[in-house]
Amino acid sequence: MGLLSYFRSARPKSAQVAKERLQILVAHERQMRDAPSYLPQMQRELLAVIRKYVHVNDDAISIQMEQDDNHEILEVNIVLPEDGAGRTKTPELRGN
Amino acid sequence: MARIIVVTSGKGGVGKTTTAASLAMGLALRGNRTAVIDFDVGLRNLDLIMGCERRVVYDFVNVINQEAHLRQALIRDKRCEDLYILPASQTRDKEALTKEGVGRVLEEMSEEFDYVICDSPAGIEKGAFLAMYYADDAIVVSNPEVSSVRDADRMIGILSSKSRRAELGEEPIKEHLLLTRYDPKRVERGEMLSVDDVLEILALPLLGVIPESQAVLNASNEGIPVILDEKSNAGQAYRDAVARYLGEDLPQRFIRPERKGLIGRLFGG
Repeated sequence: MGLLSYFRSARPKSAQVAKERLQILVAHERQMRDAPSYLPQMQRELLAVIRKYVHVNDDAISIQMEQDDNHEILEVNIVLPEDGAGRTKTPELRGN
Repeated sequence: MARIIVVTSGKGGVGKTTTAASLAMGLALRGNRTAVIDFDVGLRNLDLIMGCERRVVYDFVNVINQEAHLRQALIRDKRCEDLYILPASQTRDKEALTKEGVGRVLEEMSEEFDYVICDSPAGIEKGAFLAMYYADDAIVVSNPEVSSVRDADRMIGILSSKSRRAELGEEPIKEHLLLTRYDPKRVERGEMLSVDDVLEILALPLLGVIPESQAVLNASNEGIPVILDEKSNAGQAYRDAVARYLGEDLPQRFIRPERKGLIGRLFGG
């Protein structure tokens, strides 16, 4: 690097920004692509059931399928609203 | 039995046809009987890049529909006797390519050639699907740029799940990454993704890095695959890539900026 570069600003280089954006995006898209095709439908139906009892937003639920060598983990994460009956926990359901 | 190689990318304009033309020429120059097929039905362009656009009589769709024999449609390259081109049709009929038809033609070609290169259209529609479906090897072409890397990753997913090899549970398609339009100066300035950045994201074995070069446009202007321009960096980089494909272990030559003089180094640049 030359002398002048020493005085240049510390703004992150655009290539670094590109790499970070891509890493996040590609990881997300790979996860979607490997997921079984019934996941979106299941997510909608689970949301409908939960709403019978608690009012939650559309984005309060996330479903992930992870694969290990010899087993799959289905992770369902539902964030309940903080008000109402003192519910502040984030219950996690895990099953194989 | 021919080895079937698809040149694919997802995104358009990254250098698939340039790569298919140079790869085919490079393999043929080394004495391999090679054919290159344009799968871009409706948007034929490989003939232009290969410089045989005025010799097209029959095309790929004619052969699939059995309106012409394979040997009538194949155009023999005038510079290399082991190289043949099968041009795309200019029909607007999207259903012109069928899985069975493509399979039949590739099977016939397999008996005559050592390598059959399938130049995929952009996108993930039928033409791109059929170009990769029967492949043994895939050359995924990407530029060091966000949208093309993302689309390359998408295509890698399709190769591993939708190909014939995947459907039959056979050994997966062997994938290679070819990074094109690489500008080492911009990489050094932090303005362009580096080879290592792209490899970290896509995790494919690297077949080669083709530097950004004016020789590529000059070559397509004249209908000469750039690999024949032995003086150009791009031509040399394609020769290296062909050698690596054939199993030679060569260092990457064009991933660092050319040396600058003392003053240039002193002031960065």
